[in-house]
Parts: sequence; structure tokens; C-alpha cells
Amino acid sequence: MTTAPDIGPVGLGLAAALIAGHALTSMAFQLGLGRRLVVAAVRATVQLLLLGWALERVFAAQQPVLVLGVMTLMGLVAGREALRRTTHTAPGLGRATTLAMLGSSFLVTTYGLVAVLDAEPWWAPERAIPIMGMILGNTLNGIALGLDATLKGLESRSGEIEGLLAMGASPARATRALVQDALRTATLPIVNSMAVVGIVSIPGMMTGQILGGGDPGIAARYQLFILFAIASGTALGAVLVVLSARRLLFDDRERLRLDRLSPR
Amino acid sequence: MTRLEVPARRLEAQALTREPWLRAVDLNLDRGELAVLRGPSGSGKSLLLRALADLDPRDAGSLRLDGVDAREVPPGRWRRQVRLVAQRPPALAATVRGVLDLAAELAGASRMEVPPGLAEAQPVARLSGGEAQLLALWSALRGPAEVLLLDEPTSAMDPELAARAEGWVRDWARGGGAVLWVSHDAGLAARLGAREVSL
Repeated sequence: MTTAPDIGPVGLGLAAALIAGHALTSMAFQLGLGRRLVVAAVRATVQLLLLGWALERVFAAQQPVLVLGVMTLMGLVAGREALRRTTHTAPGLGRATTLAMLGSSFLVTTYGLVAVLDAEPWWAPERAIPIMGMILGNTLNGIALGLDATLKGLESRSGEIEGLLAMGASPARATRALVQDALRTATLPIVNSMAVVGIVSIPGMMTGQILGGGDPGIAARYQLFILFAIASGTALGAVLVVLSARRLLFDDRERLRLDRLSPR
Repeated sequence: MTRLEVPARRLEAQALTREPWLRAVDLNLDRGELAVLRGPSGSGKSLLLRALADLDPRDAGSLRLDGVDAREVPPGRWRRQVRLVAQRPPALAATVRGVLDLAAELAGASRMEVPPGLAEAQPVARLSGGEAQLLALWSALRGPAEVLLLDEPTSAMDPELAARAEGWVRDWARGGGAVLWVSHDAGLAARLGAREVSL
């Protein structure tokens, strides 16, 4: 197995030159994105170099507690980011989103590490952390989409929901159509991307594994595992966050409490 | 005897805009009684109906049906007994049959017949305001309600249909139910033989 040639400072500089193309577009069309582009590119550079630096140390330490700590930290940041992408917020929603994020990604990652990869030790940081990262990154999207659809739907369809409540429906019955729509919104992107993967695009992880000198066959099987894990994590995370949001926006007398919802 | 009462002399309901809505209310409805609730726009008639159906939180007052406090009754059951019919009924299903089946399911009632003038397959989204009101009132009258809270239930109906609807409600109340009907129509109380309550 060959390993990937390292990218030195000169190579990295040449890679950064690619960004200049983006900057030129921004200037030519007066997009006003110049400043944001510079900030984003610098952030990406610092974050990824720091991540590489930190992971080297975590991998060297081989401490399960440290792996667990890193995974939890990733989950917390992802939970915050998911909530930030919604147009509304409500008390308790931050905790619910983070729990949905951590719960779904931990469960799916652990299942993958223990049952699918069957590696020794199962928590080995060089597998656990990248896999958790892949799952989190995609589950984040599903959770944000599902949550946003739920909050928007509760507001825009309040007439229908309260009409059903007035007829004696439970909150679960009154929001059945809304929950279906929200879960469909949350899970459709991953279903769509599964259908075209390998034809339209070679996914990032598989590309990385091949560039790293890995066997394309093994890379394909890993990618498949990751796709299924993402699909499962997204569904689980979306269900958790959608049901939590619904619980938070009804009170003990089964009243729709839109007064708890505030625009961000 | 069925009595819907708010004996605390004051019911405080909180509107969704977080504006506290304060109004002294002392309302008793007897079984078989029809009451027409009148008051200027914005005086809180619809909010009162929502509060009676336990759809809005309130931090004072009390609400009882036959002496039983609303808080002691599961919310779904309370709302089936004290049934609110909105002025602009939302589209709850794709077709007229769908709405009737849904109403029957939630009411625990048997299959409901189609109201006069409507067809089973008619799309609810294309009903006129009056037709939508007819469908909502019709299904509420066929449910297990003991008290009907009607928020201008005939405001979009043509005069003939409205007159028929008034007759149905009067007949329903004769069967022992109590009705609180919000209306701006000055002649309604007289036509129904109802007590008039002002806000």
C-alpha cells in the first residue's frame, strides 16, 4: 500500500491560489463577498490545521476517555450549529437538539465500530473520530432541516392543528401530517444522494481513502457503510428532534404554545 | 343539569401575542340553553371561546362542566364535550368526505352523512367560505359535544342557508346541549329565542 505524498508549505500555497479564482469572480460581479471569503478561507485553514494537529495527539495517546471527550465535543458543536440554522427558537430547544445530535450519532457510530468494523479496540481514535465526524456532519443537515420544518409548520399550520385539537385530537394526531412532512424533508436529501452516489460523484471519504493509497474496493465498502450509517443517523436524529420540538411546543393541557416560539 | 360556569368572576386568558387579556366574565350556561354573545370587534369574544375550549393558557379563573373542573378532565375529552367551531374552518382533509371521516374518527361517531348542497368528492380547498362553515357546523352537530362554542358560524353563508343552520342549532339545543354563539347579528337572539350576553 502506498501512502499519500505530503502537501508541503509550497503546495498548500499553490492550493490557496485556487481561492483567487473565487475572489476574482466576486470582484468581477461585485458580489461583495471578498471579506467573507477571506475570513472563511482563513477559518477553514486554521480549523483544519488545528484539527490535524489535535488528532495527531489524540491518536498517539490512545486513551478511550480522550476519544469520548473529542466525540462529545464534536456533538455539542454540531448541536449548536443545527439550532443556529433554524429561523425560530424556543426554550429548551438547544438542549433537545444537542441530545438528538449526540444520541443519534453516538448510537450509529458505536454500532458501526462494534458490529460492522469489528476492530480491536473498537474505540480506536483513528476510526471512531473520523466516522463520528462523517455521521455528525450529515446528521446535522437532517436535524436542522427537520427542526426548521417542524417549527415553521407549527406556525404556518396552527389553524389546522388547533382545528383538530378543538375536535378532541391529541397533539400527536393533530400534528401527524406535519411530522410526516418534516421527517420527509429531513431524510430526503440522503435518500437522493444514495441514489446517485458513484455515478455523479465519488464521495469525499472514498476519495480520501483512495488518495491515501487505499484499495478502491475496500474504499467503496467503507463508503457504503458510511452512507448507510448516515441515513440511519439522520433518520434517528430527525425523529428525536422533531418529536422533542413538538413536545416543547405543547403544554400539559395539550395546547399549542406558539408563544414559546421566537424568531431568531 | 349541565352548567358551564366560570365562577371566579374573572377569567384571564393569555393571547398568543402575549398581550394579557383581562375581562370580568361570569357566564353560566344551562343544559338546553342558547346564548348569543355580542360585543364590538376586538372585545375578546373569540378569545373567550378559545379559553372555554381550553385552547389558551390562563392563570386565573376556573372552568367547570357539571361541577367538574376542566383541569380534571383529559384535554381531548374536554374539547369533545366543549366543542369550538371556528369562524374560518381550516381545510382538515382533501375532500368533504375526508373531513367528515376525520370528524367521525375524532368524535368516536359513526359515518357522517354529507350536508345538503355538498358532494363527497368535493375538494375542501375550493369550498366557499359559507360551504366550509356548513361542513364544520354540520360535523360538530353530529359529534358528542355537550356545549357548542360557535364563532360566527354562519357569517359567510347566504341568508337561506344561514336560516337553515340556525334551525339545526336550535333543534340540537332542544336535545339538551348548551350553545354559546358569537355573532354581530342584532336579530339572532330573538330568532333563536336565546339569551343575549354582552362583552
